[in-house]
Amino acid sequence: MEEMRSGIVEEATLLGTLVHFSTHAGDPMAWRAESGMRVGDRLEPAAVTNPLPVLVAYGYVWTSLGVPPKQIFEIPEYAEPDRRNIHAATIGVSCSAPRAVENFLDMGHFPFVHTGILGIEPHTEVAEYDVQIDEKNEIWATECVFYQPLAAATSQGGQMTDYVYRVPHPFCVLLYKSCPLDANRKDVIGLFVRSVAEDHIEASMFLSLIDDESSDSAIRRFQQTIFAQDKPILENQFPKLLPLDPRIETPIRADSVAITYRRWLSDLGVTYGVIPAA
Amino acid sequence: MTQDLPQRHVFQGKLLGRELAVWRAEDEFVNVWENRCLHRGVRLSIGINDGRELRCQYHGWRYANRTAGCTYIPAHPADAPAQTICNRTFPAIERYGLVWSGEDPSGELPNITVLDEGNPFGLRSISVNAPAAQVATHLLEYRFLPPGELGEEVAIVSVDQQNDLSVTLTSVVGVVSSTAVFFVQPVDAGISVIRGMLSEVPADETRIAVLRHHSTELSRLRDRVEAEAASQPPPEPMVAAIEQVSVKLSTFPKRSEGHRAQHRVQVIRKWSSGEGIMAFELESIGAPLPTYQPGAHIDLHLPNGLVRQYSLTNGPGEGSVYRIGVKKEPNSRGGSSCLHETVREGDVLAISEPRNNFPLRRDAVKTILIAGGIGITPLLAMAQTLSRDRLDYELHYFAQSDDHLAFGSILDELGAGVVRHLGLSPDETGAALGTLLRTYEPSSHMYVCGPGPMLGATRKIATEAGWPDEAVHFEYFKNTNEVDDSRTFEVSLARSALTLQVPGGTSILEVLREHGVPMPSSCEQGACGTCSVNVLDGEVDHQDVYLNDTEKKTGDRMMTCVSRAKSDRLVLDV
Repeated sequence: MEEMRSGIVEEATLLGTLVHFSTHAGDPMAWRAESGMRVGDRLEPAAVTNPLPVLVAYGYVWTSLGVPPKQIFEIPEYAEPDRRNIHAATIGVSCSAPRAVENFLDMGHFPFVHTGILGIEPHTEVAEYDVQIDEKNEIWATECVFYQPLAAATSQGGQMTDYVYRVPHPFCVLLYKSCPLDANRKDVIGLFVRSVAEDHIEASMFLSLIDDESSDSAIRRFQQTIFAQDKPILENQFPKLLPLDPRIETPIRADSVAITYRRWLSDLGVTYGVIPAA
Repeated sequence: MTQDLPQRHVFQGKLLGRELAVWRAEDEFVNVWENRCLHRGVRLSIGINDGRELRCQYHGWRYANRTAGCTYIPAHPADAPAQTICNRTFPAIERYGLVWSGEDPSGELPNITVLDEGNPFGLRSISVNAPAAQVATHLLEYRFLPPGELGEEVAIVSVDQQNDLSVTLTSVVGVVSSTAVFFVQPVDAGISVIRGMLSEVPADETRIAVLRHHSTELSRLRDRVEAEAASQPPPEPMVAAIEQVSVKLSTFPKRSEGHRAQHRVQVIRKWSSGEGIMAFELESIGAPLPTYQPGAHIDLHLPNGLVRQYSLTNGPGEGSVYRIGVKKEPNSRGGSSCLHETVREGDVLAISEPRNNFPLRRDAVKTILIAGGIGITPLLAMAQTLSRDRLDYELHYFAQSDDHLAFGSILDELGAGVVRHLGLSPDETGAALGTLLRTYEPSSHMYVCGPGPMLGATRKIATEAGWPDEAVHFEYFKNTNEVDDSRTFEVSLARSALTLQVPGGTSILEVLREHGVPMPSSCEQGACGTCSVNVLDGEVDHQDVYLNDTEKKTGDRMMTCVSRAKSDRLVLDV
């Protein structure tokens, strides 16, 4: 929301379809780009004859080309008064949405891709953790623990960091990690992925933190560094679409949340950004 | 091209629509692999070639030179990767300065005599957006000038030889000639690479000019071919099918059972410590290493899935690291060869806590330690302990030669306590043992570790010289006895109030575990003593080499991994 210019037409591609959007009297609007208005024009609300459904949540405007549920998944932490809710960046990646989600769910790559920050050799072991699908059909991976030399912008030195991962939507994923400043609460980091095309995404990083020390720019820089390290890996995965056939890749126990995610996508009948199982 | 494959580099190639990761190992072997890691499909061409293995950038999986088998999965350092995790490999031949490969190659390479007999010189490769056959046709009309005659305008160029995707051309100006061979690599349906070689290396001063001349002429040829190709409908890109992994690999793997390996250690030092002997220094990467005692051994879980036992050589108070010595066995079944060849400094291994089934008494008036070869390792720990405690001891070290002595620096520190017996024949060894075990003095103890025949001889000599069994302590490397596990019998567990059948072919240890009775074990061949239980009733069929004859006769302990029952029923204190 904070990046939108009031009353000016902007564009984004969603699932291969060009969508225009803007705000009118503070409320967002979105429509398929066929109204005659162009990007940068002043919004003429009357020209939007066929609006798309919109809602505002967690600082973002959400829309759909289909018939979405009335409510979006809940992130109750967002409303806690002492939290910093920050949009860190939106970054384009030449990969499919579920590949990005899987990477976000993965601890095993920390020592190799986020060396010295989220992991460091020889602390490479991914201990057993628990994966469940709850009554709301969301995936939860709990009791995840990983050694991190510098887990967050506020970290001083290495620590065993506790994680909980949550997948409330096929292309949105959240993680809850031990907060360096308050042992009883967890920082929330989200990745909201918009598929531009099946093999191209724009991913937004959302944070809800207990942190009254770091500046916004320091927090953003930290997240952007992490994401920049993931990007070349994501862009070098083949096939780009996530194979749901279990015989295309080789899972290990550390991947149990990814395995659950792939099965869950299959069960949901998701076909976009994936290679469905035969 | 061969020149694209310097050491430590990984080249990204493509042939008939399939991406390849091509890399040269230290032994000059050229690996041509499917360009994706089996785990998550990341290109291996962005991986790290360390000379022996290729490491994936994403999760650090390592794949071996030649076989492409996975040797290490860092996320599970205690587990061996399944043998079947193996990248797809393609055969490779280096010839004419090129690396040749194919998905399912058959027949012979084209025979290009001028390159075999000449001194080939590689031109700059050039990529062309056109089908390979079309490029090859145009190459027949390629015109160039011989080195030294680059200023001329006209040359007579003839086609000497022509195969499906190669053309040999000779250019003549007056009496000067130059032969060039061009190969067309079919990258994809509509993409090719021209790889050209001159049969002779041009003189130094013309080399750059020759390269530039061919680059210019080949660029012109490319423009002509591409213009022609653009006027035709583009061919469908080739689809390289991904080979499926086995069903076994695709199913979610279970947690490994059996051996417990609680501790993770990193190899911080590996060094040659005598002929055929590698020493390793292991440091914890988690909780501090547990206490050890002289004579203790650890289970070491190797990257190839094997579990082996090694004695700690540490002296007292050196608990920051564990040190072990490993002899390369000529008939290694994969344990010692893996440690010698595969495991390197920096690797993480899983180990058990130390177990001591070869304990050292420190109440002896005199202790004689007898080591044969690599059997020195537990005795080094003992000798250092006795030396520190200023207890009377002798360490007799039997080895082939001075070069075969391990841990020389520790031996030097021990000084006069060590007696070296080098290069003795079995008879001479027997004579030497006879001398040093000549008389048994009460409260003396003797500890021996070494190869089976030497242990047998030592025990026999000691018994004959009047050494009682309780003063003779020994540790075998392995149990070479044939284990007879044919009999079926019953075990009653006195504490657990369970009665179980032990069928032929199954050990007591296995039956206990199947019924949820947790049992420690280590070597599982009757050599180490870890799975010992007390026997309350019944006659034991001892098949181990851990217990001495007196203990076997008494029959109140047994090794559950190999020993069985002579009676129909055993009552165990479990």
